[in-house]
Amino acid sequence: MTWSWEVFFSVIPMIFKGLWITLGLTLACYLFAAVFGFFWVFISRLPWRPVRWLFGWLAEFIRSTPPLVQLFFIYYAWPMMPVVGVSLNPFVAAILGLGIHFSTYMSEVYRSGIESVDKGQWEASTALNLSTRQKWMKIILPQAIPPTIPMLGNYLIIMFKEVPLASTIGVVAMLHIANDYGAQYYKYVEPLTVVALFFLLLSYPSALLINKLEKKYNRRFDKKTLA
Amino acid sequence: MSSLPDIFSTVVQGLGVTLQVLVLSIICASIIAFVAGLSRVNTNPLLRGFTGFYVEIFRGTSLIVQLFWFSYALPGLFNIHLGSDIWVAVLAISLNYGAYMSEIVRGSIQAVAVGQTEASVALNLSKFQRMRHVILPQALRMMLPEYGNYLIQILKATSLVSLIGLTDLLYYGNIYRSTHLAESPTVYVLLLVMYFVIALPLIAFTRKMESVSKKGVAS
Repeated sequence: MTWSWEVFFSVIPMIFKGLWITLGLTLACYLFAAVFGFFWVFISRLPWRPVRWLFGWLAEFIRSTPPLVQLFFIYYAWPMMPVVGVSLNPFVAAILGLGIHFSTYMSEVYRSGIESVDKGQWEASTALNLSTRQKWMKIILPQAIPPTIPMLGNYLIIMFKEVPLASTIGVVAMLHIANDYGAQYYKYVEPLTVVALFFLLLSYPSALLINKLEKKYNRRFDKKTLA
Repeated sequence: MSSLPDIFSTVVQGLGVTLQVLVLSIICASIIAFVAGLSRVNTNPLLRGFTGFYVEIFRGTSLIVQLFWFSYALPGLFNIHLGSDIWVAVLAISLNYGAYMSEIVRGSIQAVAVGQTEASVALNLSKFQRMRHVILPQALRMMLPEYGNYLIQILKATSLVSLIGLTDLLYYGNIYRSTHLAESPTVYVLLLVMYFVIALPLIAFTRKMESVSKKGVAS
């Protein structure tokens, strides 16, 4: 097998089509993870110790086991579950699987943001007799979330690179198209190189952007309050 | 549920491969991370540029793509035969995580206060002595918690090797599932639990290292 530029250039348009699916899936998984991440934070602040403990370990379990196995569980095993089992299409399964996996990471980001809010802010909201809702919406979250934006951006890039896992359950995105092409013409290296290049072209500039953001935010949210 | 012993005895055949890939990848990735991390703080611009290029390539593309790429390109394009697919998997995983982990090595070395370097220069320590006795001991403790986190990431990454045909835990799980469809929930829950049991010591290590790195340091 030798490298063929002809194949290389001819697969670019094909794989470019898959890029949009990869991007769409990334965004969907990310939104799911971002919203579901709050669920873990919410649970971890409940006043019942056994519930906190149980969900704390559940999050740890999800975080430290392979997302690929979780994806297989949702796609192959969920329909076989008694009572709750329903067949999911690959897209939904991927959004659920990767979304839940990464929500456990997002919750850690939120948690670090919430913990970095100065203690005086909590005390002041209590002193001003704000309701729980007002305290969170008007005081805590507006200060907790912005400093975590660079970290949240980092996870977007990380998820973008994990989304090709979905090709294993049949989501026809970039990697799947490349493997299909390979199986058909026995030319794997060129399409896979194109896929790798697309990943690099998108993730490297975004990483640079995040770096810049991080520097800017570090200046703005200087740890003055913690000192 | 009565078939749990059956499932376990099938799946456990893949435990050896998973552990083998895990241990070899951790060793290789750590070596790569150290060499690449130290190269990136070297004064030689050529060495710095080259490792920077390596790190960005491997961090910028996806591990699963790299794994497929290596498994097809090594024998096909470069005519390199590593003897066993285990080495292809170890190569891809350790090059990928070596790149990520080299950033921790670099970051920790750069996070050591400038005064330490200045003091070592003032004390007339050689470049090697400065790194070995002053900078690294301080940088190492900063690396440890993140290092532990990456060990767990590597464990999760080992599940990908079944995609290039290695017979690991997930491979045997899929085999069993394909003949016993109704038992697939048990199969995958068991697999997840097995991965979690392997991860537990790594989680404990990470937590221990978090406390070690905080001990005796003014924050």
